[in-house]
Amino acid sequence: MELNVVSEEAPVSSAGGCASSSCGSTDDQLSHLPDAIREKVHNHPCYSEEAHHYFARMHVAVAPACNIQCHYCNRKYDCSNESRPGVVSELLTPEEAVMKTKAVAANIPQMTVLGIAGPGDPLANPERTFATFRMLSEQTPDIKLCVSTNGLALPDCVEELSKHNIDHVTITINTVDPDIGAQIYPWIYWNNRRIYGVKGAKILIEQQQKGLEMLTERGILVKVNSVMIPGVNDQHLKEVSRIVKAKGAFLHNVMPLIAEAEHGTFYGVMGQRGPEPDELQALQDECAGDMNMMRHCRQCRADAVGLLGEDRGEEFTLDKIAEMNVDYGKAMKVRAEVHAGIAEELAEKQAKKARLVTPDEPLRKGHQRPVLMAVATSGQGVINQHFGHATEFLVYEASHTGVRFIGHRKVDQYCIGGDTCGEKESALSGSIRALAGCEVVLCAKIGFEPWEQLETAGIKPNGEHAMEPIDDAILEVYQEMIESGALDAAPLHLSHASA
Amino acid sequence: MSLEIVDSCVSCHACYDVCPSNAIEMSALQKHFVIDPKKCTECEGDYADPQCASICPIEETILNASGIPINPLGSLTGIPPEKMEEVMREIQAR
Ligand code: SF4
Ligand code: SF4
Repeated sequence: MELNVVSEEAPVSSAGGCASSSCGSTDDQLSHLPDAIREKVHNHPCYSEEAHHYFARMHVAVAPACNIQCHYCNRKYDCSNESRPGVVSELLTPEEAVMKTKAVAANIPQMTVLGIAGPGDPLANPERTFATFRMLSEQTPDIKLCVSTNGLALPDCVEELSKHNIDHVTITINTVDPDIGAQIYPWIYWNNRRIYGVKGAKILIEQQQKGLEMLTERGILVKVNSVMIPGVNDQHLKEVSRIVKAKGAFLHNVMPLIAEAEHGTFYGVMGQRGPEPDELQALQDECAGDMNMMRHCRQCRADAVGLLGEDRGEEFTLDKIAEMNVDYGKAMKVRAEVHAGIAEELAEKQAKKARLVTPDEPLRKGHQRPVLMAVATSGQGVINQHFGHATEFLVYEASHTGVRFIGHRKVDQYCIGGDTCGEKESALSGSIRALAGCEVVLCAKIGFEPWEQLETAGIKPNGEHAMEPIDDAILEVYQEMIESGALDAAPLHLSHASA
Repeated sequence: MSLEIVDSCVSCHACYDVCPSNAIEMSALQKHFVIDPKKCTECEGDYADPQCASICPIEETILNASGIPINPLGSLTGIPPEKMEEVMREIQAR
């Protein structure tokens, strides 16, 4: 089967976002995908912007070994304060992983996706990875399976993957150019040798591309992740986007490099910087012209449990699981009911959106400049978080075409837990820096001090829409801005900067 | 003759999976992987390079029969050892 990849992101408000009969439970970002693919992804929290407010995913850490070295990774590092990809605290055997999956599925019925992502490369651990998938396909048929890989061993595993009916594969592809590759991957382990530099990178790139083609030929969904490394592959990623799309990847997710000296990674120690939020967004925007992007990804650690962006792993450590006695047959019934309830809620929301988010006439005529707004939310698609409690903000763009989700801004990247990770700038200035480019921040509540500082920074705090649906509130605020003439002037932060 | 795994091992299992002689096992006592010197063949006859030392991601973790690290500092990460020291000193000083 050939995967059709759509080349344009559907404008949010066009025709109410409804292109086919199955409209309703999917979100706009997916509304232009062929039905078969959309059906596969519509309640996958990693693929659907809408669903990720409601559904949860988990990763089990059964794959410790790796077959390549990346300059943004350090295999020595394991800090429980951290929620970085590739970092994991508790390694599980396949049997333990199955036990944990059942325990989580029974306690968090919203959990619909089980992934194996590390802490090494899942396909460099084929026995442990496939033993886990085999047991789960048999014992927990209502859970979708997915796997991430660097791609080196992928061509050898495609046959096995298709046998287990694993329909989501994520390949991390940072480059298609061996010279750039050599600046990202110092070595690979290949055919029983360690191969360094350009030669190793060339083999890795060939394997990734071959694996991508083999998967899409078999109709297995492929998502591509890329790490944006300023000065190394940032410009090049546009070409990567074009190529992986041409080969049938259905999503391309550009993530920021995370590099701190404390992590002991090559990039961290050598002072390679990560992208600023606005640089990341600019690249994502440019790649979006080429293919569907996934903006709501928060890079999660290999053993993450919960809704994207929150990690409930602590509730499901091995000793706690041992005490839970899970009857999975019973759990499946409860899960089915919960899923049906969520599907209904999503359908309702979609229908409402179709009515509301289509902007009123004056808005369309005006062709006013777009405005970025940040939202503090803990889920359910409503504005329900205190400004000071937000560890990340969702950023939306309001324009004459409607409301569009742009991405997440982490407040204090990956180190939320106290002062063990070295110097920390104050949370408030961190929040304000993360909101660069936004003109409004919507939250449930906000204190006086942050209010003042935000205003000084040219960001207008707004607590008037607590508990309201995000899209509706943004549209309302945008309308108000138009009516008050606020959009006739350049954004405040820009006039500040030039003053 | 045998290779040796020392304390810096992070128990990533990589060497365990690729050893042709089944010479590598988890040591409950030392809490990391170790090589059984009676079983290790240094991969002689199987491969050109010792497999454990060709996949291990941690520098200075696998020693040759003379006790010298097969992957010295800086050889796998590409971080010059002086640079690493300098940065670690800076972090400590904070
Ligand atoms: S040198 Fe070869 S035989 Fe010896 S432990 Fe390493 S992989 Fe096994
Ligand atoms: S490959 Fe190296 S770090 Fe990994 S288990 Fe073996 S000796 Fe330890």
